[in-house]
Amino acid sequence: MGRAKIPRKSTNIDMTAMCDVAFLLLSFFILATKQKPPEAVTVAAPTSVSSKAAPEKSILITLTKEGKVFLMLGEDTKKKEIIEDINTTRALGLTPGELSKLNKMSFIGMPLGKLKALVNLAEALPPDRLEGIPIRDSANNELVYWLRSVTNAYAGTDQTKLQEILLVKGDAEALYPDFKSIKAAFKKNELFKFKIVTNSESAPVGSELYNVNKLGTKATEVK
Amino acid sequence: MAEMDTSSGGGHKKGPGVKKPKKLSTRVDLTPMVDLGFLLITFFVFTTTMSKPTAMNMNEPKDDPDQQLKVKNSGAMTILLGKDNQVYYYMGVLTADGASEQFKSSSLKEIRQVILDKKKATPMGDLMYIIKADTQSKFGNAIDILDEMQINTIPPGHYAEVDINEVEQMLIQKTEEANGIK
Repeated sequence: MGRAKIPRKSTNIDMTAMCDVAFLLLSFFILATKQKPPEAVTVAAPTSVSSKAAPEKSILITLTKEGKVFLMLGEDTKKKEIIEDINTTRALGLTPGELSKLNKMSFIGMPLGKLKALVNLAEALPPDRLEGIPIRDSANNELVYWLRSVTNAYAGTDQTKLQEILLVKGDAEALYPDFKSIKAAFKKNELFKFKIVTNSESAPVGSELYNVNKLGTKATEVK
Repeated sequence: MAEMDTSSGGGHKKGPGVKKPKKLSTRVDLTPMVDLGFLLITFFVFTTTMSKPTAMNMNEPKDDPDQQLKVKNSGAMTILLGKDNQVYYYMGVLTADGASEQFKSSSLKEIRQVILDKKKATPMGDLMYIIKADTQSKFGNAIDILDEMQINTIPPGHYAEVDINEVEQMLIQKTEEANGIK
């Protein structure tokens, strides 16, 4: 008897379809992810188990490792009003042209006294060549003035909304007294609530929070 | 006449010496391209989810001397932060002669158990953690301790950040000298 012929099939599979899928997904992810706004100052934020996402639009105070403080008034905050307010309250004497230049800067990181000179530079200085907003001297903590202008600009609006967007992002290696000066600046302006930007981490296995999360009950939120 | 053609495997011959042009397949092996595609997908997926910052709420008390919070001695635990990621703690109030015994060294890892033990041993109404950071301590450490409160589900209002005083600073300094921490 002749053996039944088993047709030899090729092991090659047509990869075209799979390739299509792969690149479709790739393009989807690239387009769907929101581009992170370029950060003027990069800091390594500490980690925390808090799971709330940081708000997109924010008034961000960044504290670098070296203790420099930068203020970022987001585009969709009342940036213009804040800048105009500090110009009048601190008598900086900036011209409308200088004000609009300052408005275009992505971050503020210089003493008020040098603001005028630095705004008029042809090219904005990178953050590592700026000295930051002076905060160490408690009698002349300039962040107090900036935050005062922020509260002035948001006066009459819902204060809980302002609390939502006030962020402090500090480098984990920054010294604590600098953070204390920032806190003092908030307090002087009667701002008692703000948020600290952290990188998320999961609750350690076996800890109380881990058990609470596992049980599905709502964790006691730190307020 | 007895010669046999052994050169070709199949197909019909056009004739001796006429070479058949080889038909090349237009198919390309797409496997490496698929690999690359998925590699990029995984890369994008991971990098985007990793960099999502979260926010931690901070509530500062008003500096009002009339509204100083009274803390029961038995329920208070003070956590002190020193330089070089050192953590110290003591229970209750420091007494003049027993300070060196009360004052204990710990680390960011060990402090969790101490916090937890204190939480279990104290009735909730009396529980209070006082966090004091030294001038040499890092911002990250202070956040770590606040985070530790969240990890151990200490309800808000049962812990607070307080300024360090001279006695404590001195004790930290002494301990650091004894332990050789620069």
